[in-house]
Amino acid sequence: MKSAAFDYVKPKALQEALSLLEQGGDDAQLIAGGQTLLATLNMRLSEPTVLIDITDIAELKGISVVGDSLRIGALVTHTEIEDSELVAKHAPLLKAAAPHIAHRAIRNLGTWGGSLAYGDPAAEWPACSLTLRATMIIHGPAGERRISANDFFIDLYTTSLEPDEILVATEIPLASKQEVFYFHELARRHGDYAVAGLAAVAQKQGDVLTHCAFTFFSVGATPVMATKAQDLINGQKLNDELITKAVAEARNEIEAIADITNSAEAKQHLIGVLLERGLKHMIA
Amino acid sequence: MSLKKKISMTVNGRLVNAEIEPRRHLVDFLREDLHLKGPHLGCEQGACGACTVKVDGQIIRGCLFLAVQADGSVVETVEGLTKNGVLTDLQESFMRHNAMQCGFCSSGMLLAAAELIEKQPKATREQVREWISGNYCRCTGYHSIVDAIIDVLDARAKGQKIKPVLADA
Repeated sequence: MKSAAFDYVKPKALQEALSLLEQGGDDAQLIAGGQTLLATLNMRLSEPTVLIDITDIAELKGISVVGDSLRIGALVTHTEIEDSELVAKHAPLLKAAAPHIAHRAIRNLGTWGGSLAYGDPAAEWPACSLTLRATMIIHGPAGERRISANDFFIDLYTTSLEPDEILVATEIPLASKQEVFYFHELARRHGDYAVAGLAAVAQKQGDVLTHCAFTFFSVGATPVMATKAQDLINGQKLNDELITKAVAEARNEIEAIADITNSAEAKQHLIGVLLERGLKHMIA
Repeated sequence: MSLKKKISMTVNGRLVNAEIEPRRHLVDFLREDLHLKGPHLGCEQGACGACTVKVDGQIIRGCLFLAVQADGSVVETVEGLTKNGVLTDLQESFMRHNAMQCGFCSSGMLLAAAELIEKQPKATREQVREWISGNYCRCTGYHSIVDAIIDVLDARAKGQKIKPVLADA
């Protein structure tokens, strides 16, 4: 199908984009990589009257180390994350997750910030940003504000971003030498959305994991952390018995929601499967 | 209300100027305005990969990219990449392995395969399958396509060319 008609503007500066967004109101839509938006336009699921293309705005680009954080600009593409040496060194979870996102032709255009702002509960980046305790840097008419990933994802496709705000970048604490991670998604076919997925990190000392962050995605309205299972694991000697307990706890504490093809029970089961595999992988 | 925008881009080495509606996606622009019928339009929602073209050196989904977004870019299609020889080995290998039947997926498949060969010259069979998982083929069952790509990877690793199917080609 073909999209409805719309106007198109391409501001060069963030301030200009913010003013255009304010003027456009509900009828304006930001476009970065457009890998979700274009499909919804073509299917006429959304009909904005003006697209504001933000891809010329320099401050939204690039990956850099700022103090003890890795700054990832909103316009950084999935491919850039996949190929970045800085990411491989300081946020290896993201490098492991990137190839799971759709397919190369889509990763070449789709962006980090776009995925976060869209807030798809089945997407990889919202879950990873939660696990890595990312801080979202947001600009709006009132200036800059920062919010943790934990407070950013509110509900299905709903984030704390206001309609007149733009996600500029995120900052992620640099991975320590003790950091271990696990990323996996169970999908019928490579590149498909996961039936259930896990983005996990922890600090490893011998056979003990601490600072655990286990985020499951594609199981609820937002990515969900298994905080009780994390508490069970944190600081305890990790053995089969503890893994069994944590698996049961995760299945218990996360209330999975069915999707069009997979039941809540199946997802609940897979949460445990993923956690068991993840813990065994991280402690190995 | 006229919402037309002026754009200019390089398509297969040629500078193109046009005035188009912003809603026109790149594949419609290439096919309908420039009469380049190589990139195909399958699902028009980013699933099938038949519309794969290169923009500024990277493969993209032509149906998920607006022609206005390509303003100032370098666009390459199967037509240009055939003429300049980038795809020659892959095309010969596809013919040798009968890696097509109806041919609808072939232009997208060739462009995706070309980027794989460029980015992952040591790709395994499994990695080839993963890479082309974004391109649907409803005829071959993929085995022959994977075989064809693997042969080109092997030939490149040995510094060889794929022998043309036709002696006079």
